[in-house]
Order: sequence, then C-alpha cells, then structure tokens
Amino acid sequence: METLIGLLVAAPLLGAGVLLTGGRRLDRTGHLLGTLLSLLSFVFGAVLFVNMLGKDADQRALHSHLFTWVPVDGFQAQVGFQLDQLSMTFVLLITGVGTLIHVYSIGYMAHDERRRRFFGYLNLFLAAMLLLVLADNYFLLYAGWEGVGLASYLLIGFWQHKPSAATAAKKAFIVNRVGDIGLSVAIMLMFTTFGSFAFADVLPKAQDASATQHATVTGIGFMLLLAACGKSAQVPLQSWLGDAMEGPTPVSALIHAATMVTAGVYLITRSGAIFNAAPDAQTAVVTVGAVTLLFGAIVGCAKDDIKKALAGSTMSQIGYMIMAAGLGPIGYVFAIMHLVTHGFFKAGLFLGAGSVMHGMNDEVDMRRYGGLRKYMPITFITFGLGYLAIIGFPGLSGFFSKDKIIEAAYAKGGTEGWILGSAALLGAAITAFYMTRVMLMTFFGEKRWQPDAEGHEPHPHESPSSMTIPMIILAFGSVFAGALFSLNSRFVHWLEPVTGHSEGDSPVSAGTVTAATMVCLVIGVGIAWLMYGRRSVPAVAPRGSLLTRAARRDLLQDDFNHVVLVRGGEHLTRTLVYLDHSLVDGVVNGTAASVGGLSGRLRKLQNGYVRSYAVSMLGGTAVLVAATLLMRAV
Amino acid sequence: MSASLTGTAVHSLWTVAAPADKFPAPHIEYAQLSPVLIVFGIAALGVLVEAFVPRKNRYTAQVAVAAVGLAAAFAATVALAEKGYGTTKAHIAAMGAVAVDGPALFLQGTILLVGLVALFTFAERRLDPRAHGSRVDSFAAQGSAIPGSEQEQAAVRAGFTSTEVFPLLMFAIGGMLVFPAANDLLTLFVALEVFSLPLYILCALARRNRLMSQEAAVKYFLLGAFSSAFLLFGIALLYGYAGTVSYAGIASVVDGTAPMTPALADTTGNDALLLIGLAMVAMGLLFKVGAVPFHMWTPDVYQGAPTPVTGFMASATKVAAFGALLRLLYVVLPGMRWDWRPVMWGVAIVTMLAGAVIAVTQTDVKRLLAYSSIAHAGFILAGVIATTPSGISSVLFYLAAYSFVTLGAFAVVTLVRDAGGEATHLSRWAGLGRRSPLVAAVFAVFLLAFAGIPLTSGFAGKFAVFKAASEGGAMPLVIVGVISSAIAAFFYIRVIVLMFFSEPRPDGPTVAVPSALTSTAIALGVAVTLVLGLAPQYFLDLADKAGVFVR
Repeated sequence: METLIGLLVAAPLLGAGVLLTGGRRLDRTGHLLGTLLSLLSFVFGAVLFVNMLGKDADQRALHSHLFTWVPVDGFQAQVGFQLDQLSMTFVLLITGVGTLIHVYSIGYMAHDERRRRFFGYLNLFLAAMLLLVLADNYFLLYAGWEGVGLASYLLIGFWQHKPSAATAAKKAFIVNRVGDIGLSVAIMLMFTTFGSFAFADVLPKAQDASATQHATVTGIGFMLLLAACGKSAQVPLQSWLGDAMEGPTPVSALIHAATMVTAGVYLITRSGAIFNAAPDAQTAVVTVGAVTLLFGAIVGCAKDDIKKALAGSTMSQIGYMIMAAGLGPIGYVFAIMHLVTHGFFKAGLFLGAGSVMHGMNDEVDMRRYGGLRKYMPITFITFGLGYLAIIGFPGLSGFFSKDKIIEAAYAKGGTEGWILGSAALLGAAITAFYMTRVMLMTFFGEKRWQPDAEGHEPHPHESPSSMTIPMIILAFGSVFAGALFSLNSRFVHWLEPVTGHSEGDSPVSAGTVTAATMVCLVIGVGIAWLMYGRRSVPAVAPRGSLLTRAARRDLLQDDFNHVVLVRGGEHLTRTLVYLDHSLVDGVVNGTAASVGGLSGRLRKLQNGYVRSYAVSMLGGTAVLVAATLLMRAV
Repeated sequence: MSASLTGTAVHSLWTVAAPADKFPAPHIEYAQLSPVLIVFGIAALGVLVEAFVPRKNRYTAQVAVAAVGLAAAFAATVALAEKGYGTTKAHIAAMGAVAVDGPALFLQGTILLVGLVALFTFAERRLDPRAHGSRVDSFAAQGSAIPGSEQEQAAVRAGFTSTEVFPLLMFAIGGMLVFPAANDLLTLFVALEVFSLPLYILCALARRNRLMSQEAAVKYFLLGAFSSAFLLFGIALLYGYAGTVSYAGIASVVDGTAPMTPALADTTGNDALLLIGLAMVAMGLLFKVGAVPFHMWTPDVYQGAPTPVTGFMASATKVAAFGALLRLLYVVLPGMRWDWRPVMWGVAIVTMLAGAVIAVTQTDVKRLLAYSSIAHAGFILAGVIATTPSGISSVLFYLAAYSFVTLGAFAVVTLVRDAGGEATHLSRWAGLGRRSPLVAAVFAVFLLAFAGIPLTSGFAGKFAVFKAASEGGAMPLVIVGVISSAIAAFFYIRVIVLMFFSEPRPDGPTVAVPSALTSTAIALGVAVTLVLGLAPQYFLDLADKAGVFVR
C-alpha cells in the first residue's frame, strides 16, 4: 500500500515529463494521456481511501520513506510520504476535481494548438500539489510548494502572446515569492529550534518549545501565515488572484478549487500544533481570514467580469477557511470541510463560467450576457446549483460547511468571538448579494449580447459533453457533499485523529446562528433582486458610489502596492545603483588604477641593463644577510 | 609548533635517520643512481652521435636516443620508488653525496617527464617554414655563426640545424636530477653548474631574433655566474662554521650534537658564519627559482630564449631549484628555522606581489608568463615556509602541476606565428578565439590553471600550499597570496577576454599546425592540468608519501 503513495505522485509527474518532452508526435494523443494519468492517480487515491477506511481511526496514517535527499551530517532532508486522513482528503479532492478539469479541458482547449503542453502543465500542477500534501516533512513540502508556484506561473501565462497574461503570470509568481520567503524562513527557524523538518519531530515538540522559546515559535507561526497568505491569496498578498483570471478558464477552476489556494489552508491546518502553541500567531490568522472574507466579498460585488467576480468570491471563501483554521481545534475540521465543499461548487461555477464564455465568443463582461438560461440549460442548472451551494441555501453543501464556520466563530467566545461571528455573517449576506447578481446578470433578464471585436454576433449554445459532464458531476458534489459529511458528524470523526477537535462554548445556540444566516441570505438575495432582477441592467456600468469604484479597482490594492512597494523599491534600487557606480566602482576602479600605476612604475626598474640587475641582486643579498643577522640579534 | 621543541625533535618530523655505516668503505650504488647515470650516459652518447653520425641522420638519431634515454631513466626512477627507496629504504648513496629518498625520486620523476615533453617541443620541425627545402626547428642553423653574416646565410642555405641541442638538453636534465638530491654543498654546486651551463648555451640558439637570444644568454650567464659566486662563498662560510659540507654534518653542528673538528675549533659554532653563509646559499637558490629581488633575469631571458627552451627552463629549473631549496632548509637548517623563516616570509611576500603587479602592464606574452612564473615562485615559497610535512608534499604537488601547465602554455606560444616567427605581442593575439577556437581554448585552460581556478591543477596546487602555510602559522602569507592571486587573475583573464571577445585583426598571426610532437606536448599539458584539477587526491597522496627527507 505504501508504494501506491509514491505512484500517486509519480503518475502525473510522469505525464508532465512525457508531455513536455515528447514533442509534436504526442499532439494528437497527449491530452488523453494526461487525463488518463490524472485518472490513474485518482484511482490510486481511491484504493488507498478504501484501504484506509478498513482500519481503526488511529491506525490510518501510512508512512513511506523513499530516500535521503540531502544526507549531510546534522542536516538530513528525507523524501518520505505521510498519508493520513488530512492528506487523504486533499488527495481525493485534488485528483478527483483535477481529473474532471482535465476532462473538461479536452473540449475547452480543443482548438488550441498548444493543447499538449497545456495538459503537461496541468499534470505538473497536480504532481506538485500532491507532493505538497503528501510530504512528511516541511523540506519536501517546500519542494511541492515551489512546484505549485511554477506550475501556476506556466498556466496563468499560458496564452503568453497576450501581454496581460504574461504580466499576470509574473505578478502571481512575484507575489508568491514573498510568501515563499515566509515558508523558507519558517523552515530555517524550525531547523534551528527543533533540529529537524519532519512533521513527526516538529509538531509534537511545538507545545514544549513554546514554553522556553515562545518568541521563536510565534515567529514560525507568523512566517507560516505569510506563506499561506501568498498561496491562498489572503490580504495583504491577495493582489495576484484577480489578474490570474488571464489564464484559460480550466486553470482558474484548478487554482481556485483543487490546488494552489487550498495550499495555505492545508499548511495552517497541518501546522496546527504550532499555531495552538502560539496564540498571537493564531490571532493574526483569524484577523487575516476575517479581513479577507469581507475584502473578497466586497470586490466580488463590483466586478462586471464574470471570472473576476468569481475570483473575489474565492478570496472571500478562502478567507472563511483561514479564519476557521485560525480558530484552533474548534475550527480545523470545518475549514477543511468547507474547503472540500467549496472545491465542488467553485469548480462547478468556474467550469460553468467557462461554458458561458465558450458559447459567447469568449465574452467575459456580464453586462453583455442576459437571458442565457434558455440557450444553455445544462450550464444554467449546474451553475445554478453551484450558486445555491455557495450562498448557503439550506440543504446544499455550502449551507452545512459555512454554517459550521460561523458557529465556530461565535464559539471562540468573548469579544473576539462576536466580532468574528458578525464578520462571517456579514460576509454571508454579501456573498448572497454578489452571487445572485452574477446569476441574474448572466442567465436572467433581457439579452444584452453584443458582437465581438471582429463583428461576430454571439450564438449561445450548449457546450460539448466533455465539458458538461464534469459540470454535472461537480453539481452533484455541490448538492450532496455537505449533507453527506455532516450526517452523524462523519467528517468531524474522520479528521479528528489528525487535527483534533473540540466543541467551543458558544454564547449563541446553533439554531440562532442558522436562523441569522438565513436572514442574511434572504437580505442579500433580496437586495440583488431589487437592483438587478427588477430593474434592467445598463450595458455600461454606472459611475457608482465611492466604495463601488474602489471595489472595481480591487479596493485599490494595486495602487497601494504601487505607491508603497514599487515606488519605494524603485527609489531603493536607484540609490543602490548610484552607490554602486560612485562608491563600489570607485573603490574597485581606484584599486585597479593604482595597481596598474604601481605596475607601470615597477616595470621601469626592469631597464634591460645587466649592471642594474646585478646591483639589485647584490642589494638583495645584502638585505638578506642583514635581515638574517638581525633576526638573531632581536 | 612551539619554540620550545628542540631542533632534533623538530627535525624528526620530516626526516628519518639513515642507517649508519660501521665501516665507510668507498662505494657507489650504481643501481640506485641509475636514473642520473642513464641520462648522463645518453648525453655522452649524444656527443658521439654528433661526432660520428652523418648530418642528415643526426636529428633522427639524437631524438631517438634522447627519448629512449629519458624513458629508461624514468622507468628506473619508478622502479626505485616501487622498491621502497622513496620510503622505507630511503638512504644516502655515493659516499654521502646524493640522497635517494621520497622527495628526490618524486622530483626526479617529474623532471624526467617534463624533460621528455620538452624534448618533443625541441624536436618540433613543422612550425617554421622550410628553409631551402629542409625542415627546421626553433634553433639556429649554426650557433657559432655571427647573426646576419654570410656564414649564417650559408648555413641556412645548406639546411643545417643545431642537433647539439639534444645532448645539451640531456646534460641539463642530468644536472637537474642531481640538484634536488644533492646531499652535500659541493655536489649541490657542481650540479648547479652542470645544468646551468647547457642552459646558457641553449638560450643563445634561437633561429629567429638571434641578437635578442644572444643578449638573453649573455645576461643569463653573467647574472648566473654572479649568483654562483655568492653561492660558493656561502658554501665556504658554512664549511668554516661546521667543518663539513655534508648536510647531515652541518645539521648536527647546528643542533649542537656533533663533536668539534679540532682544526676548526676557532670558527666552528660561530653563528655569524652560519647566518651569512645561510643567506648567501639561499640567495643562490632563490636566483634559480626567480624570487624577488633576484628575478630580474627572468623576463629578459624568457623572452629572448627559444620558446621551447623557455618552457623547459620555466618548468624543470624551477622543480630542481625548489627541490634543492627544500632539502637545504628542511635537512640542514631546521634548527635554524627561527632565523630563516622571517627572512623567507619577506622574500615570499615581495615575490608574490611584485610578480603579480608587474605582470599587469606586460604586453608580450612570453614576458607575461615570465612574471607569472615569478608570482608562482612566491606561492611555492609560501609552501616551503610552512615547515611542516604537509609543506613538503604540497610543494612537490605544486611543482608537478605547475611544470606541465607551463610547458603546455609555452608550447602554445610556439604555434601563434606570423612572418617574423612567433607573434608574441599580446595585441596580435586579439580575436584568436574566433580564428582558432581550439588553440585559444587550450591556452585559456592553461591560463585558468595559472590563475588557480577550480577544476584545474592550479587550484589544487594553490589550495595545498596555502593550506600548508596556514597550518604552519603563516596566515599573513596566505592572505598576501590570495590578494596576489586576485591581481594575477586580472591579467590571465584579460588574455582570455582578448582572445575571445575582441575582433580579430585582419593582419593577425596564423596558427601553425604542429606535428604530433608538439600536439602531444600540449595534449599532455591539458590532460595533466585537468586530471590534477578534477581528481587530485591520488597525486596528493603520492606527494604525501614521498614527503620525507632522508638525513
């Protein structure tokens, strides 16, 4: 069984290797090979899952040691895998949703001449993400972490002929580097504190270390949070996510549902022991989560680009997860549960958006959609189920997982609990608003279609079955996953042995929270209906309030980065260049010039006359003799 | 190593006592001296060849005889080492005149290999255009003919070549074999003269630029004679101090363990004699290695001498002279190290810095290599000064590594030619890499080795001597050495930049296609450079094993 863990990672890695080096002869079959290997990986995952279910709850973790990567005395980096319930959850999500996205891409990318390469990158993405969640130490996790960063760069910038795509890829990569620095510093701190990178060494010792080295453990926590912010697009490292929509839509689905942004949640949950031992870092985590869930939701309200509206919603939903993970043992399980249900409905929503664009000449502006429900019934229904799930419609997936997070936030207790709970409730209301807005503008109302830049009138049509089938499957997940997990607290029992779980002491009863959530939901949907359902949608966006305008510009995130970081960086560089030219080069060139001058002068001693040479020898001997005698005299 | 150790105790760190003979009967261990004897025998045979073999067959006969002789002598050296004369059976042969021990055998083996490769470059006859139908080498048609005279023109027309260079080479090699093995001061002096005199003549024998070549030879001879005088005077003073010229004898007087010779009771133990004598003998050897301020002959002679001779001198002379210096300092004067070490420190520092700094403004490739050899002498001195066993082995390794790089580099210099012979002005080398990538690349490898860039033998050697020096407590020397290396890197790399990143000149020199002889010499140089750079451990161990002097 342990061997299967390695194969789980190896299958998509092999696919990436073959597809990226295989050349044109694989153009015809490459996409099938990539999909097959992804499916194979899912099958391995499923076998391991069934095997895992057959064991007792505390016997389920599997370990597989492959080899020692860096065998240096006192610094042992291992390549080893650890498959426990937490990793298993991610494996099934990554390979399952990943495979569906592969299938969808067969249709979506059918006319792209670089499709083989695209599938190679998709496989690479899966392999890196699987490595990340299966590693049994932070060092190997970091390799997967960087692999995810690389694959996302390649995929976001896949249409590199578009300058905007190339820039977006670069932006994602650079912002992620900031987070990566956090992870590498955290790993270094771990090594100096614990002398190891292995989860098995670091995590159990965190609590004890916190007693003696509290500041260090807190520092590790903060650095891990910084890393998570980068990959999961949390404030303040959120700016790349919206631009990342430049990638092909399946990539957005992959990044937002199954890979990449979930990595931060995984990291924090996996490192739970460290955060439990560092309450200050934990407070920072919930703060980041709460701020981001509102930030993303507000941005989502103002966007007319369907993908960017969904990107805002991802940011917001991941904010929920990060907040839940920051709540400690009362929240870890629900963070992961929401992650899984979100994986289903967000993948479904993105694939639905892609399907709409597919039918509308790649138009993304929702103000030019309208009334599409009749033309694209399957897309409408699957998208609609995803929509109901994300706003938390009772009975659907999002309802169960989000409700639990809000409950847990209140259960945190004290003022903190009230603030977090209310933020989460407010977020739920805004979510209901902007998702209803997306739904209404896209599928309802009158047609606002316009010809594209080349004058082609859009002829909306349903997408091919390779695209709709994955959407249908995901819709099933959006509908039933939540109920399935919540029945008899199944998911809690499943994950509890890894993350631990405790019921908080909530000041408000569960029923009250659910009722409040429902009220928020109705308010959000209602406002959206009043604004976009009853009234017609103008083809050109109105000027809007100050907040709306700010939200359209992603709440000025780029302006902030530009003024503070880019300008500051430019000034710093200019100063350094100036210093390099004047000071460093001055010293270097000055040294060179003085050596050259000295050389020129000494060279004149070599005048070609034997008599001078002989004098120099005589003088040299005299000095030698004198020095030797002097040494004795001293 | 603390000053409180007695001379004898320190001595025993790097020497082993030779088994004492109960009855010193006159005897010569022919078998153990066979490398030297073979070379001298072949040299004498070369003279006979010169006298009796017809002119048209002489070249072939001389080259064959010399090559066979050198190979046989090398085989004899290896056989001696195999029998353990380098380690357990090390002893003093020929009535105390010659030592047969690890350093001697290692250096003799190196000199013989270098000599064999040098022989190839001496014998090269493809580079110069045919003179009146006969192939010619780098040497004058007739050494005795006055440059520009009718006699010279007649000799050139007749297609004469100086095949005398081969016996001269063999005599020089023979002297060099004895030099590092000499175990008394007189043998040292005789060996010095035996290898110096042929070199003076060889320097004068260039086919092109004969006046410059003769000027170089005269300068070398005058200054060499001058330094020999100092050496001889130093020997006299040391004899006056110790009453003996044997190394072991002087050492025991220095250590205070020898009985007085009654006839010399007045002077024996007079430290002034010892110190002045030491300084003068050291000067004679420092002249040969080209240490500052006794270096001034080097650039002039290196530039004027025929390039194959320059290559041979720059490598083999340095090996022999450093061998002799090592033996003198480690066997005769270890008890004196507190006196000579500071002085040698000064010499090493000045040598490293002056060599590197003056090389910066050189415009002639041969002079550049001459100054580079001065700087390298300084680096080797840093290893000599270490006075630790690893000091000996690091110097041995450095010498082996350096001599092959040097030979190879000068061999490449012989290839780049224009109408006037070799084009040695650096500006003529501009863009060579575009026109002859292989030759330029090979030269670049040698330059990188000179600069001590990793993966070349130069790095391994430099690392070894600097490590030994720092372990021997000479950290300031190491720092100066590294600074000098940095300065030196400038002019080595500058040549590489010149060759590869400058536009070739339209009237630039051509690269002659050599025969298999020079090609072999260059290929061996590259091979040794890379092997000692990539996998130096075997050779470091070898030098380590050979690093114990017999006393």
